[in-house]
Amino acid sequence: MSDPGIKRARPLSPHLQVYRPQMTSVMSILHRATGYALAVGTIMMVWMLLAAATGADAFTVFTDFCASALGQVMLFGWSVALFYHMSNGIRHLIWDTGYLFKLKNAYRAGYVVLGMTVVMTGLFWLCVCVWS
Amino acid sequence: MAKDRIETPLARARGHGSARDGVHHWFMQRVTAISNLFLMIWLVWSVVTMASWSHADFTTWLAMPVNAVLMILAVISVFYHAALGSQVIVEDYFHHEGLKIVKLIGMKLFFAGAAVACIFAVLKVALGG
Repeated sequence: MSDPGIKRARPLSPHLQVYRPQMTSVMSILHRATGYALAVGTIMMVWMLLAAATGADAFTVFTDFCASALGQVMLFGWSVALFYHMSNGIRHLIWDTGYLFKLKNAYRAGYVVLGMTVVMTGLFWLCVCVWS
Repeated sequence: MAKDRIETPLARARGHGSARDGVHHWFMQRVTAISNLFLMIWLVWSVVTMASWSHADFTTWLAMPVNAVLMILAVISVFYHAALGSQVIVEDYFHHEGLKIVKLIGMKLFFAGAAVACIFAVLKVALGG
């Protein structure tokens, strides 16, 4: 029994360090991480639209950056983040309706999300490469 | 009023609870999630099927009313959703009250400014500038 007179530092929830990472918890933090990455990525939307409104030269600077190695790597990362956040967001919306809470179903939906992310990212870049 | 209720009937009717804004943040995150879903499918489809990424082709595409309207809706929906999500992240990870408030205000002003810049750009292209 602890001495009621002594104030002890209590462990704080969720105290992530003591848990073995699980697919559900890793996918949860990935949802937040990809959301954050996409919020930063909105800078590309601002750049694209402002450049288009400014003129042809400014727009070429934007498209040249997108075509550069660094630009392609960043765009690939953002496309993965978008398709993951989109797929997992649907999983979250389904949870909001009260479905898929059984652990087995939460995992199944998780695998569907990961599969959708790979397929959508692959299809997107395949289409981009074929059409351009 | 039940004996175990501390809140007044007015507070209960307003339904804002102890967090002062009730489920508004949560609800708008869902509303914008659904609008984002449709608008991002449109945006991704548009990026894939864009005739070319020359300035002339892009502005011609953006100036079409349906594209200009959908782009403005996408900007509003995306930046609103991003601001709500960023707010939760700041609230979770910044424990110094002053720093937290500064981050929250800065983040909201950034997204508001970025959204206005985007909407102005779309209007300038669409209405001819």
